[in-house]
Amino acid sequence: MKMNGARIMLECLKKEGVDTVFGYPGGTVINIYDELFSFKEIRHILPRHEQAGTHAADGYARATGKVGVAIATSGPGATNTVTGIATAYMDSIPMVIVTGQVPTALIGNDAFQEVDIIGITRPCTKHSFLIKDVKDVAMIMKKAFYIARSGRPGPVLVDLPKDVQIAQTEFIYPESVDIRGYKPNLEGHFRQVEKAVGMLLDSQRPVMYVGGGVVLGDAADQLTTLARRLTVPVTTTLMGLGSFPGNDENSLGMLGMHGAYCANMAMTHSDLIVAVGARFDDRVTGKIATFAPNAKIIHIDVDPTSIKKNVRVDLPIVGDVQDVLSKMNKQLDKQKEKVEKFLSTLGPWHADIAGWKTKHPLSYKQSSTIIKPQYVIQKLRELSDDDAIVSTDVGQHQMWTAQFFQFNKPRTLLSSGGLGTMGYGLPAAMGAQAAYPGRQVITICGDGGVQMNIQEMATLVQNRLPVKIVILNNNFLGMVRQWQELFFDKRYSQTCMELPIDFIKLAEAYGAKGFHASKPDEVEKVIRQGFAEDGPVIMEFKVAREEKVLPMVPAGASLNEMVLNA
Amino acid sequence: MQHTISVLVENEFGVLSRVSALFSGRGFNIDSLTVAPTNDEGMSRMTIVTRGDENILEQITKQLNKLIDIIKVIDFTDGSGIEREMALIKVSAEDESRAEVLRIVDIFRAKIIDVTPRSYTIEATGSPVKIDGILDLLRPLGLKELVRTGAVAIGRGAKGWKG
Ligand SMILES: Cc1cc2nc3c(=O)[nH]c(=O)nc-3n(C[C@H](O)[C@H](O)[C@H](O)COP(=O)(O)OP(=O)(O)OC[C@H]3O[C@@H](n4cnc5c(N)ncnc54)[C@H](O)[C@@H]3O)c2cc1C
Ligand SMILES: Cc1ncc(C[n+]2csc(CCOP(=O)(O)OP(=O)(O)O)c2C)c(N)n1
Ligand SMILES: [Mg+2]
Repeated sequence: MKMNGARIMLECLKKEGVDTVFGYPGGTVINIYDELFSFKEIRHILPRHEQAGTHAADGYARATGKVGVAIATSGPGATNTVTGIATAYMDSIPMVIVTGQVPTALIGNDAFQEVDIIGITRPCTKHSFLIKDVKDVAMIMKKAFYIARSGRPGPVLVDLPKDVQIAQTEFIYPESVDIRGYKPNLEGHFRQVEKAVGMLLDSQRPVMYVGGGVVLGDAADQLTTLARRLTVPVTTTLMGLGSFPGNDENSLGMLGMHGAYCANMAMTHSDLIVAVGARFDDRVTGKIATFAPNAKIIHIDVDPTSIKKNVRVDLPIVGDVQDVLSKMNKQLDKQKEKVEKFLSTLGPWHADIAGWKTKHPLSYKQSSTIIKPQYVIQKLRELSDDDAIVSTDVGQHQMWTAQFFQFNKPRTLLSSGGLGTMGYGLPAAMGAQAAYPGRQVITICGDGGVQMNIQEMATLVQNRLPVKIVILNNNFLGMVRQWQELFFDKRYSQTCMELPIDFIKLAEAYGAKGFHASKPDEVEKVIRQGFAEDGPVIMEFKVAREEKVLPMVPAGASLNEMVLNA
Repeated sequence: MQHTISVLVENEFGVLSRVSALFSGRGFNIDSLTVAPTNDEGMSRMTIVTRGDENILEQITKQLNKLIDIIKVIDFTDGSGIEREMALIKVSAEDESRAEVLRIVDIFRAKIIDVTPRSYTIEATGSPVKIDGILDLLRPLGLKELVRTGAVAIGRGAKGWKG
């Protein structure tokens, strides 16, 4: 059947199993919206800003593992998506962003609302396409989804000029794609896997350093099996939280700049680091020259460019985490004796780790008069559902969430790690809630960042998305203030949010409920009230204003040079 | 150290900008870059001359391979490739220097492609080292203008691209 390009694009979404898209109309996508009017198979959610729409698609993708989809019009609509695309790119999130474009004949003429969005997003997309012929729409959409979700996932932008949306052709969805320049290597080399198992069983002080790749590759089970049978301590990055149960006795929690003392000490003293889907980010390694001085490094990653980018690697394994970890588990099945011997030698290492855990556990000083932000996070964990999904914004509250909200399941923490995008938390939660209407979805925000996409309250109310918005209000851009306190003599330049906001009234203005606590003994009540509501709510906690996130590895210092209390 | 790499790419919109943006975005050097179609209509071939230590070259190769439109990356640093470059060189040539220029052109098997009473324009082809050589000799005589194509490279014998 003949259809226009706009309709074909929607049919492609349907073929790819897309059930929800986040988009905003405008002149160059009006034909898509006209088709959408009668296209009931796809739920369209209208955010109040394209940036938020893109973050919502990202949150949807992180929570489900499916490709998130966002639509925006050309020009300002497209440029508004850029922060969302860059956020997804840095954290390897599968997304397809469809932007309208001026008619092909006008491209390059500085036409009304024309921008070179392909050019603007080139460094922050996995790939991008400009469709010039309606006959290519189906194939390009197929390729876009394939590229977005395979190998190391990432956002793909499809620029769809208005005339191509109007032109007609036969709709035939290709069965398969073949891109000769793109063949992700998913299968770990067998010999390398064998060697890795050998090195692991020969080690005395092993650590598994686990990253977002295990979440993205849905390999939490394989990882947990491997770590538990060998009783190897596991530390995760911010992005890896939830891929190994935080309540497991072998869990060291998060490592890095604001990581646990025991995790950073274990890395520093280890003789073998098994990096699984983690990319040795500078927030994790600290000073490279002194990073894990005595450790051999095995690095498992699907993207060869991640390997040996920042640190030397003794054994690289290019492949999908699920494949490689399964193969390692199979190898271990065959080596019962060596495993026994290995287990019997781990005692001293476990003792060292237990020592570090008790010497400096994650802690804070409780108060009976002021709410400590860490206390709110602990209470949230205690009172929330086991499978609750938590998104964060960026700042101190994000780090306290990573430290004190114990994540036990993958895809339950949605956080902007690589780009550190303030304004991410609320819309990402919105995307997750759209995917899982029945699950508890909480976003933990600062008073600064929540205001960067606060307009999405309207989207939540309109679409009955009962996101629980937690605001840890310190009336500061707290994370920057902390740096100013520690490294700039407390010169709090432009970090004090002088105007207090009445967040309760704000919630009410959008037709939502708001609750507020300013004393420690009100915290539990407010959380219970908020969770009991059927609709979206704001729970605001006035917290200790100058609380710091600790421990902290100052920028450029070694991992074991942690500031523990300052 | 200097490296010559050959990159086979899809003849798609924007490939050149993807490659050049990769180099500039990641702070890799480009000494020269050439691109033109191949015998396969769907494919173009770039030759990039770049610099960096072993780790940098490894990242360059991996990052290039990661681009979706790139089909193959071949590194010729191990001497497995033959490199050629062409230069168009305009030199002043007056009185006694006219004969000297002709001698140099002859030694390097170059060609004079344009003559005026005060200058010669020379076409020289050869390895980049050879081009540097002729330039060294011509420079004292008064080099007025220089255009180099940048190196192109192909594998010796069996080494190279098999489609
Ligand atoms: C304020 C702030 C403070 C921060 N502090 C910390 C901190 O203290 N500690 C910390 O850890 N982080 C911290 N971060 C986050 C940090 O910036 C990085 O985002 C994070 O460390 C990167 O995590 P990762 O290495 O797991 O990589 P990711 O970005 O999650 O990358 C995943 C890796 O896995 C690979 N991969 C993907 N899919 C697969 C697959 N299927 N199979 C195999 N491999 C795959 C990818 O190629 C990539 O190399 C902080 C961020 C902010 C904003
Ligand atoms: C879009 C954006 N702008 C600026 C920053 C720099 N930044 C990082 S954390 C932070 C403070 C965040 O303040 P708030 O949202 O109140 O959270 P808090 O740290 O107080 O918990 C700032 C300004 C950023 N990460 N993102
Ligand atoms: Mg704040």
